[in-house]
Amino acid sequence: MTSDNDRRRGLLARLRGRPASRSRGRRRLGAAVRLLAALMLAGGAYTAFAPSVQAQDTPMSSAATDGKALFNESCVSCHGRNAQGVEGRGPSLVGVGSASVEFQVGSGRMPMVRQEAQAPRKPPVFNDDEIRQLGQYIQELGGGPEVPAGEDLHKDGNLAAGGELFRINCSQCHAFGGGGGALSSGKYAPTLKPATDRQIYAAMLSGPQNMPVFGDNQITPEQKADIIAYIQETLNHNQDPGGFNLGRYGPSTEGLAIFLVGIVALVFTTLWIAGKS
Amino acid sequence: MKRRKFEMAAVPGNAARGVDDRFQVATPLRRLLNKVFPDHWSFLLGEIALFSFIVLLLTGVFLTFFFEPAMTEVIYNGSYAPLRGTPMSAAYASSLDITFDVRGGLIMRQMHHWAALLFMAAIVVHMLRVFFTGAFRKPREANWIIGSLLFWVGFLAGFTGYSLPDDGLSGTGLRIASGIMLSIPVIGSWLTSSIFDGEFPGTIIISRFYIAHVLLIPGLLLALIGAHLGLVFKQKHTQWPGPGRTNDNVVGERMFPRYALKQGGFFMVVFGVIALMAGLFQINPIWLFGPYEAWVVSAASQPDWYVMFLDGSTRLMPAWEIYIPIGDGYVIPPLFWPTVVLPGVLVGMSVLYPFIEARRLKDFRSHNLLQRPRDVPARSGLGAMAVTFYLVLALSGANDVIADKFNISLNAMTWGGRIGLLLLPPLAYFVTYRICLGLQQHDREVLAHGVETGIIRRLPDGRFVEVHQPLHREDGELEYVGWVVPKKMNRLGALGPAIRGFFYPIEKPAEAPVSPAPPVDSDTERSEISSGERR
Repeated sequence: MTSDNDRRRGLLARLRGRPASRSRGRRRLGAAVRLLAALMLAGGAYTAFAPSVQAQDTPMSSAATDGKALFNESCVSCHGRNAQGVEGRGPSLVGVGSASVEFQVGSGRMPMVRQEAQAPRKPPVFNDDEIRQLGQYIQELGGGPEVPAGEDLHKDGNLAAGGELFRINCSQCHAFGGGGGALSSGKYAPTLKPATDRQIYAAMLSGPQNMPVFGDNQITPEQKADIIAYIQETLNHNQDPGGFNLGRYGPSTEGLAIFLVGIVALVFTTLWIAGKS
Repeated sequence: MKRRKFEMAAVPGNAARGVDDRFQVATPLRRLLNKVFPDHWSFLLGEIALFSFIVLLLTGVFLTFFFEPAMTEVIYNGSYAPLRGTPMSAAYASSLDITFDVRGGLIMRQMHHWAALLFMAAIVVHMLRVFFTGAFRKPREANWIIGSLLFWVGFLAGFTGYSLPDDGLSGTGLRIASGIMLSIPVIGSWLTSSIFDGEFPGTIIISRFYIAHVLLIPGLLLALIGAHLGLVFKQKHTQWPGPGRTNDNVVGERMFPRYALKQGGFFMVVFGVIALMAGLFQINPIWLFGPYEAWVVSAASQPDWYVMFLDGSTRLMPAWEIYIPIGDGYVIPPLFWPTVVLPGVLVGMSVLYPFIEARRLKDFRSHNLLQRPRDVPARSGLGAMAVTFYLVLALSGANDVIADKFNISLNAMTWGGRIGLLLLPPLAYFVTYRICLGLQQHDREVLAHGVETGIIRRLPDGRFVEVHQPLHREDGELEYVGWVVPKKMNRLGALGPAIRGFFYPIEKPAEAPVSPAPPVDSDTERSEISSGERR
């Protein structure tokens, strides 16, 4: 029995040799103190090396609290508690940043109407304040990219440089005219016509849906301003010098036009001329 | 000083006599000017192509004044701000200059491009008319072949011209063309490197395409068009069967003055439609495409419509690669079948069709009378089959645009195209065949039983029957001659002649007879109702 007890005693106790008869109460107390000390050491080390968790412990700003309330009403069914995501329904939002919220909610894509290949743009459900609160909540939850302040993000942009970057990086999916294009299995690159500066910037930063991320080390903020300048000034606000642009769909609508307008008009002319004999 | 009397009316006659005294052209010219052309709207479709070719020559000459066919790199410094400072080829820079800095340059460019699309569209529509009416039969097989070749030469003209501005979109097309040439077994790589003078894109392809586009191909087109029209003159135009028209005569209008005047007017209309489209609709906005760089590509990169069926066949082709283990191994890429073999088969089939049909029907006589499509259901069915095949391919060529704008999965579009390409043409054949038979049957029924009058009569035994107006006398029998059978009482004069005038009436409407006629006062005279047109 004693040897069993001996074996069960702690390492330090064994090194100290056989203890003088200590009361059961004192032994219990010592063990408790040691346990407490070990826990404090481990906890202290953890808090020292994992500052983000410490950040989470700090109370959220009031905007983020409001955002969390909105989240728990409208987003939680797919993105889960604490935005950790639900398998098969919605991804985790930890670390996506306010840029992503601003793009997805600001362009009406979120909340989704139904699960499909891709969320389409629609009139936003939340107003600007609510979007900012939701963004603040997601930002404070896990950090991530943020869109710089201001509405006009392209005032210093260089059109020619932006055009070149657009053709290299964007036109594969959004097409030369910015009208968008099809991707596989019902997915698509949307038209850039209704997008605001902040939405384009946020999309580049966060890579929503099927779009790749163009982080600041791939396309610098200055280059992003160039691209936005090209999209807004040249593609969206510049009038087409050649007349009605036929939707800028390229030769497919031009081919349609030559038959529906040109050939139809001239066949009527032949009927008219031949009817004159 | 004695003043000689000047007679204005005598000037043309005197001038003509003077010309004939010197050149002796009266006899051949009279023959030519008196030549008779039959008149029907469908005979004017080929002219659309001819006239848009003239517009192409005129606008093309204008463009050559300002276009620089070189691939030397320049820095653009023109008036289009979003490309200023961008390095590009001289060809692209001069195209931008034509667009933005040459007065009237943009509309000339747009007219040239719209005229090119119209040229090809009119060729196809004209070809369909000739096919469905059997105008290609002996003795006109040669002209049919020339016409088919005109389509393919026009195709080349369009493609080379489309490539000249050296913009991002046309460069993508050129890249695909080089890929197609590379896919040809054995000679592919030699062919490509001899055309591009080395690797794609090289530095000379624009200059080579330029000389092909402004000299060689237009020359060939002119020669073929000349031969085409010469054969129409020599062999005379076909005509529809009808009263007084036989296989051995031509009923119509003399070339001069009526036919020539009409054609002159029609040319002006074609010119006007092209100019209007060029002024209203933007085409090929090269400034958006940017200069061609090998790493630049766009969604919805399509060729012009007449090339789109090849793009479609490429998109529908499964990735079947044939590996031949000879030596180091040899590969026939899947691109070879839809872009080299398919057009080859199509050329062969269209060129040989007149001979195939003659052989199948054992019909080797000369035909100068046209056939209505309903009277030859097998041919009409084949034509519908070809049109459907072409349409499925052309739509598949734009399947990404359709998928995107109509919210259809691109994969579904591709599979729909694959299945449709196999199923729809036979279906079109069957449906067309049945429609032709039905129309034939109705014509014969009207000939046998008369026109429906809309008058319902009740017989003594209680039955109701519709009264038919027979087209023939009691004992006679009418034979179907391959021309329109009247099917409405109006056509038989029941309502008097139609009011003349195309857009608005140019005569007072004749009083319509009322049936049964009410008693008329004797003092009002009623005009006689005639069945023909009034002159």
